[in-house]
Amino acid sequence: MPRTYTIKNPAEENRIFTGRAIVAMIFILLLSIGLIVRLVYLQIVGHEHYATLAKNNHIKISPLPPTRGIIFDRKGRVLADNVPTYSLELIPEQIKDLDDTLARLQELLDIPEDKIEQYQKLRKREKRFTSTPLLLRMSEEEIAKFAAVRPYFPGVDIHARLVRHYPYDILTSHVIGYVGRINENELKRLSVSEYRGTHHVGKVGIELAYETELHGKAGYAEIETNAQSRAISTLKTVDPTAGSNLHLTLDIDLQKIAYDALDIYNGAVVAIEIKTGGVLVFTSRPSFDPNPFVYGIDSKSYKELQTSDAQPMFNRALRGQYPPGSTIKPFMALAGLEYQVTHPGQKTYCPGYFQLPNVKHKYRDWKRGGHGTVDLNLAIVQSCDVYFYSLALSLGIDNIHRFFTKFGFGEKSGIDLVGELSGLQPSKQWKRKARNQSWYPGETVITGIGQGYTQVTPLQLARATATLANRGKVVHPHLVGSFTDNGILKPVEAKPETSLALNPRNIDAVVSAMINVVHSARGTARAISRGIDYQIAGKTGTAQVFTVKQEKRYNENEIAFKLRDHALFMAFAPAHDPQIAVAVIAENGGHGGSVAAPIAGKIIRQYLQESSDEDRNAQ
Amino acid sequence: MKTETRSEQFVPHSLLGNLLRKLHIDIPLLICLLLVLSLSFLILYSASGQDIDILIRQATRMLIAFVLMIVLAHINPYQFKRYSTILYGIGVTLLVAVLIMGQIGKGAQRWLDLGFFRFQPSEMLKITAPMMIAWYLSENTLPPKWRQMGIAGLLILIPTLLIAKQPDLGTSILVFSSGAMVIFFAGLSWRFIISIGAIIASLTPIIWHFMRDYQRARVLTFLDPEADPLGRGYHIIQSKIAIGSGGIYGKGWQGSTQAQLDFLPESSTDFIFAVFAEEFGLSGCLVLIALYIVIISRCLYISIQAQDSYSRLLAGSLSFTFFVYVFVNIGMVIGILPVVGVPLPLISYGGTSMVTLLAGFGILMSIHTHKKFLPT
Repeated sequence: MPRTYTIKNPAEENRIFTGRAIVAMIFILLLSIGLIVRLVYLQIVGHEHYATLAKNNHIKISPLPPTRGIIFDRKGRVLADNVPTYSLELIPEQIKDLDDTLARLQELLDIPEDKIEQYQKLRKREKRFTSTPLLLRMSEEEIAKFAAVRPYFPGVDIHARLVRHYPYDILTSHVIGYVGRINENELKRLSVSEYRGTHHVGKVGIELAYETELHGKAGYAEIETNAQSRAISTLKTVDPTAGSNLHLTLDIDLQKIAYDALDIYNGAVVAIEIKTGGVLVFTSRPSFDPNPFVYGIDSKSYKELQTSDAQPMFNRALRGQYPPGSTIKPFMALAGLEYQVTHPGQKTYCPGYFQLPNVKHKYRDWKRGGHGTVDLNLAIVQSCDVYFYSLALSLGIDNIHRFFTKFGFGEKSGIDLVGELSGLQPSKQWKRKARNQSWYPGETVITGIGQGYTQVTPLQLARATATLANRGKVVHPHLVGSFTDNGILKPVEAKPETSLALNPRNIDAVVSAMINVVHSARGTARAISRGIDYQIAGKTGTAQVFTVKQEKRYNENEIAFKLRDHALFMAFAPAHDPQIAVAVIAENGGHGGSVAAPIAGKIIRQYLQESSDEDRNAQ
Repeated sequence: MKTETRSEQFVPHSLLGNLLRKLHIDIPLLICLLLVLSLSFLILYSASGQDIDILIRQATRMLIAFVLMIVLAHINPYQFKRYSTILYGIGVTLLVAVLIMGQIGKGAQRWLDLGFFRFQPSEMLKITAPMMIAWYLSENTLPPKWRQMGIAGLLILIPTLLIAKQPDLGTSILVFSSGAMVIFFAGLSWRFIISIGAIIASLTPIIWHFMRDYQRARVLTFLDPEADPLGRGYHIIQSKIAIGSGGIYGKGWQGSTQAQLDFLPESSTDFIFAVFAEEFGLSGCLVLIALYIVIISRCLYISIQAQDSYSRLLAGSLSFTFFVYVFVNIGMVIGILPVVGVPLPLISYGGTSMVTLLAGFGILMSIHTHKKFLPT
């Protein structure tokens, strides 16, 4: 073959190609023979072996789903467990006339139409020859009714399954969440091997956040079955590993107190154990019963939940974003001290309103006649707005933003739940980016009393309060305290400790003012100080829902309930040895002192009483 | 089979023969294709559990694919050559677009949604990549020189890697082999082939490093399917049982217990050969493989008969790629190759591969029926 060509030589090119085509054909024939040899091996040599496996005695790989981990509260009470239930299941491929069978079952057991529709949808999604449930959680009566006529329903049978159950229903739905049937999106995401044989997966809450831990590891059994796919014997079993049990830091007693105490108000309560960051109370009211979601809630009830004005499915503690109102004043005061724009003795005169230089607009104090001359202590105790208007202006919005962000405002707390919202701590940069507008001094003024753009979640407020109580050591709230790993109880790894390096004297000044809020004669939350032998440090708040016109006065009797102010309260106790931090928001509650503070008072009382009882027992 | 090519230009046989010739259809190829497609209907009916809907959908796709085949058969191969570079460029651009969209949408993305139908650009490359290489090499003298082989190699690797990144290992193998076969047919030196083989053998560990987890899992499962019987290994174990239990004569049409009882997943798509082998046995498999070999032989014959280098190279590559389809699919179903997503050509349920395959046959028919009369 010559090495170089100057012009094309069609005959030579044709010759090369023909040669190559013959080589390719030989190659193809050789590989085809390879395939045939393998087929001969499988179908002649191995025929008997495989025929035995296939023909009369199938080996069926039957998945053994793991038992889902149980969830306990801090005292070992069961918040989520698995209970055996009986379900009516059909294998469509073994039924001659499915529509007729369904119609007869519907008549026999009085099954509502939407259950049948639900089943039809489910059936199309399942693999063939899968036993698919039509009715979950059958009653004794239904079981008896069906058992009597069972021979007339080939392909239909009653199965016992372990199904998730939440004994404290409405109390835990916003914490634990619930499991529900695996949907198509989840099917794509989940491991095929691990979820074969599992019908439920965590949808929200702890159930979702800890899905991997709770689920466990699937096992399988090799079962020999006959031609009718009845099991003859089990050849081999690989046991499933049950999911980890989770031990929450939540206290279901306190949770119940909080939920009951909110009473007629929608709102949220979050309480945190300061030393550990363990969340003691995580309540959002109204709530809903998570149990129907496990079995597949009917569309009518679901629609009712979705469209209810009170929004029971909305997790206010995690995702409710409220103007914090005066509850942020202690932090504002601390910012003023830390940035040295004020000192505890500095006095401000409050005439009942505040004006920016050369601007007519009056920023009103909640007290019409004004507070007169106030220092830092009195400003917090009486919640003087004018003092904080002026302080915010001296701090400037960027300093405020920097300081509040350190306490976790405007940021997710990192709690072990999915879907947390971050609230909003406004800054010049934020306004430029989000609204493409520049920042006005008047907006700094109202930020000083927790109005304007500022929004916090109840969880954030509780966390910031805990961090303040912890004297600047940042608290990381979490719900799971420990979990079992191969039967051994292990604590959840603590996050690295960070400290905000605050001046202790500044903290003392703010905390003593907060004590006076509860314990002094003119404090806004003095109602809860009665009958306790420890001190509570707190701050009330009232957040505007409704803007009052310049020359009008806010009169709660005149306006509709829905437009009334939100009542807020944040507190920690005991003031000098802080153990618990609480944040309460009662929507349209009106006054923080009269509505929100007593709720926090009840939780603190119960918690501290129990821990002192424990101490006594220990001694 | 070989005699009519020369005579058909002049002697009108029958009315049908005349019509088919006017349609630029190659009769032997058409007959074989129709035979395989009827087998497809037969086995799909059984594998899908007597689902008429599936048959109707498959028939619709077949019809579309047939129309495309006839349209392509009408186009003069000269036009294919002329537009090779543009078509290749469009294909690669679309691949990049799909990749970017996938990155925005998170996760695997192979489709371009055009509203009324979804289009898979990687399919297009199975034809446009060999077109491009054939055009590039036939512009120069053959056999190709080192520099040309380097550029051709690059032209193959670009779409191959883009598709592998989607990630779609099956299609990227097919695109790579269709491009590589053009170079082989152009007269790639044997010394080069052997040294490349040696290099690949030593590169295997590096390729392993770049594989996605699920691709690795597939390879490991292939080596030891019993390790994960609930997940990855399930396919192979069940498909071996189905094939083996078929024996010499099979269990008869609709007699597949494994597919019927749903022991065998994907029984209508990638693993349809297992159902075929169970129902028709070794004898049926031999008939099917023989049919495939007849189709490939006819295609290679068409390639040899082609009048210019471009047509020859393109036709040769398309013919061989068809065999790669057959070999990779059957190989994986009978457990001698890893499980990559390659359908059994002309038989598996699904529209995209059907359209590309018949488009390929359309090009082959065009090459065969658009000859200038050259006295020999």
